[in-house]
Amino acid sequence: MGEHVIKLPDVGEGVAEAELVEWNVKVGDLVREDSVLGAVMTDKATVEIPSPTDGEVLWLGAEVGDTVAIGSPIVRLKVAGDGNVVESDTATAKPENSPKADLAAVEETARLEPAVVAKSPESKPVSKPASAKVLAKPALSGAPRPEGERPIASPAVRQRAKEAGIDLRQIAGSGPAGRITHEDVEAFLVRGPQTAATAGGLIRNNTVEDIKVVGLRRKIAEKMSLSKSRIPHITYVEEIDVSALEELRASLNKDKRAANGLERPKLTILPFLMRAMVKAIAEQPQLNAVFDDEAGIVHQHGGVHIGMAAQTPNGLVVPVVKHAEARDLWDCAAEVIRLAEAARSGAATREELSGSTITITSLGAMGGVATTPVINHPEVAIVGVNKMMVRPVWDGAQFIPRKMMNLSSSFDHRVIDGWDAAVFVQRIKALLETPALIFMD
Amino acid sequence: MKDITCKLLVIGSGPGGYVCAIRAGQLGIDTVIVEAQKPGGTCLNVGCIPSKAIIHAAEEYEIALHHAAGTSPLGISAGAPKLDFRKTIAWKDGVVSRLNGGVAGLLKKARVKVVQGWAVFRDGKTVAVDTETGVQVIRAETIVIATGSAPVELPFLKFEGDVISSTGALALADVPRRLAVVGGGYIGLELGIAFAKLGSKVTVVEALPRILATYDAELTRPVAKRLGELGVTVLTGAKAKGLSAKGDALLVEDAGGGDQKIAADKVLVTVGRKPLTEGWGLEEIDLAMNGRFIRIDDQCRTSMRGVYAIGDVTGEPMLAHRAMAQGEMVAEIVAGHKRSWDKRCIPAICFTDPEVVSAGLSPEEAKATAPEIKVGQFPFQANARAMTKVAEDGFIRIVARADNHVVLGIQAVGQGVSELSTAFGLAIEMGARLEDVAGTIHAHPTQGEGFQEAALKALGHALHI
Repeated sequence: MGEHVIKLPDVGEGVAEAELVEWNVKVGDLVREDSVLGAVMTDKATVEIPSPTDGEVLWLGAEVGDTVAIGSPIVRLKVAGDGNVVESDTATAKPENSPKADLAAVEETARLEPAVVAKSPESKPVSKPASAKVLAKPALSGAPRPEGERPIASPAVRQRAKEAGIDLRQIAGSGPAGRITHEDVEAFLVRGPQTAATAGGLIRNNTVEDIKVVGLRRKIAEKMSLSKSRIPHITYVEEIDVSALEELRASLNKDKRAANGLERPKLTILPFLMRAMVKAIAEQPQLNAVFDDEAGIVHQHGGVHIGMAAQTPNGLVVPVVKHAEARDLWDCAAEVIRLAEAARSGAATREELSGSTITITSLGAMGGVATTPVINHPEVAIVGVNKMMVRPVWDGAQFIPRKMMNLSSSFDHRVIDGWDAAVFVQRIKALLETPALIFMD
Repeated sequence: MKDITCKLLVIGSGPGGYVCAIRAGQLGIDTVIVEAQKPGGTCLNVGCIPSKAIIHAAEEYEIALHHAAGTSPLGISAGAPKLDFRKTIAWKDGVVSRLNGGVAGLLKKARVKVVQGWAVFRDGKTVAVDTETGVQVIRAETIVIATGSAPVELPFLKFEGDVISSTGALALADVPRRLAVVGGGYIGLELGIAFAKLGSKVTVVEALPRILATYDAELTRPVAKRLGELGVTVLTGAKAKGLSAKGDALLVEDAGGGDQKIAADKVLVTVGRKPLTEGWGLEEIDLAMNGRFIRIDDQCRTSMRGVYAIGDVTGEPMLAHRAMAQGEMVAEIVAGHKRSWDKRCIPAICFTDPEVVSAGLSPEEAKATAPEIKVGQFPFQANARAMTKVAEDGFIRIVARADNHVVLGIQAVGQGVSELSTAFGLAIEMGARLEDVAGTIHAHPTQGEGFQEAALKALGHALHI
């Protein structure tokens, strides 16, 4: 532990003294490097005084309102390491306000060897005397040695530090005469320049855990890389007024008994979207396709097999609602529920998890405002459902609350032009905003 | 001739250049080295190595003379020795040529391409080499200038005829009867002592008040004493003026202002070395200079991107091992490693009789950096091994900070102390304290024990004195 004296820095050309206008710290405070200690005002400006190092404030050399000469000691910090007091160059210091006896005492302390200093009644755990114990658990560092003094370290330690990009001058050595050991460098790498005592309990965590990317995660990684590296995505975001759709959905959900007496599944927005997509695809079949880019062939499917990205405990899977074009709203809903459950429990079969020709991705309440969905390779389109929320909408005369929802959709720009993508999304928008259209042929 | 394109081009195959090229080759860098003469540079061809060979031969010869004179305290007597100096020179040349081959082999093993010829910069990425078969243009991403240094010539004592440089002194056909040495630095004294032992009447003319002026007086005193024993005349505070009209004497203005005429068959001028910054197109690339030297930063980078400089051309101390360390570092930097010059000391040795070693700071230099210092000095008179070698002159001295005992410098003077430079350098690089040196077991009986004793002395409890 040493002491670091902060002198009032030169705050501007031709300024010999400045008025202290503010203290941001008091004696006993722990300060970090660069934290503002106080401010002084000259006739030109107010200038903040940053702390050059971490430490504990021992002494403040002026009261607010005092005029302080440039170069006068204004703050004394207790710092890890030797501090700067040894070379407190009295030549430039004009200690007008500072008690001289204090400074002398400081110099005295700082000149002593670290091991001797440690015998003084210091209670901080980091100030243990330099002993074998300390070597095993190196003392951490603050301002480790007087400025300009060369750190003591063996060539191997110096090289290790160089390679790790560490300036050895930042490290307080735990070895004899402050020699920096390999352990000191490692400890610095782990914890950074702050000591536990001065950093207010915050320590750097430099641990790195290596996790093997295997199984489903590896599959996902490969698939995503493939998709993002092979497919030039164009993403198109549009907002949909789903107020009417929500009304319809609510009323349909009220009556859970079908005409045939069977229990009907609860309708989410997905089955409506699926049916809307089926209708839009009927007009733009090129969006329901898989693109074999190696062969240079787009396989345009008649059947609409909609993959639905589902989060499972193991990661993302995409079960497929087959032949959505041949399923009514209720059938779609029931299939979505069944597949989602199968995927979640891990019971989905290979067939149920493959064969899609277009995909929906929805994060439900987590859907956010917009997303940039990744196309499910080798498909050419993916429709992303964002969060539904009530937003004010201008109806020409006033703002009215409407249930709004964004669709963020990505397309393979190699085979889908932006125009076609826009037409597709606009068609879905029209269908969802006037849901009756979904059910008209 | 087809242009060569490479990643790294090293100009000059002295200790700095060839080490740089070998290390670069090891690191898989496509490297070319250009050399106008034989590989190894000044050090190997006309410096460190041949001078050490001559010095060794001179030592052997002098011992034999002692035996013949019956003055050996060991009780050995022998017939008068004969010196076939041409054979000595041939043996020295053999050592040099073996080492030339060694360097060439190492370069080849590291897959470094050697281009023989004189390189001249065209721009910061291109060099034209004047080879035997024509001009070879080499383009490189990175160029390392390792052109070295050359002996300084005095305008009134040009290197011609009987006025010779150290290079000339190492290639003499006969031992000169009378040799005048202008310049009492380490090169002049190493050679002057060697020729004195080989039978020359040697006079050393030094302008400064004492010889080996870069070392402290205490350290060089045993050398001065030995010069007297060898019959070498030393004129300090004296200025060489030129050759006499007949060319058979050196004109000197002595310390008192009087003129002296020193009869000499050869005049060896060793007044220092200068960086070799001419003749290779420095003006084409206009590098920032630091006095006579090329300015470099702590990674040996010059003011031009992609151009590095190492060795004597970059500054003092002009020592082979500094150049080697720089060369190695630069190769690693070029390979993408994080390196910078962080050496704590560059030991220096005078292979005089006795030898002088200095690593780190002298007591005077140390006083300037640390508030208080401790100095421990152990004389070889108290060292058993030195007695058994009839080598009691000299001492080992250790300089440390008084507050934390970190060793700042180590010096020694004595027979064979050059080999101790490794221990001295290691101690300083490792940041040793006096206690570390004192706490290391030094094998007995060796002169090296004096190192441990000096540390103990500085701590106040030397055992053998």
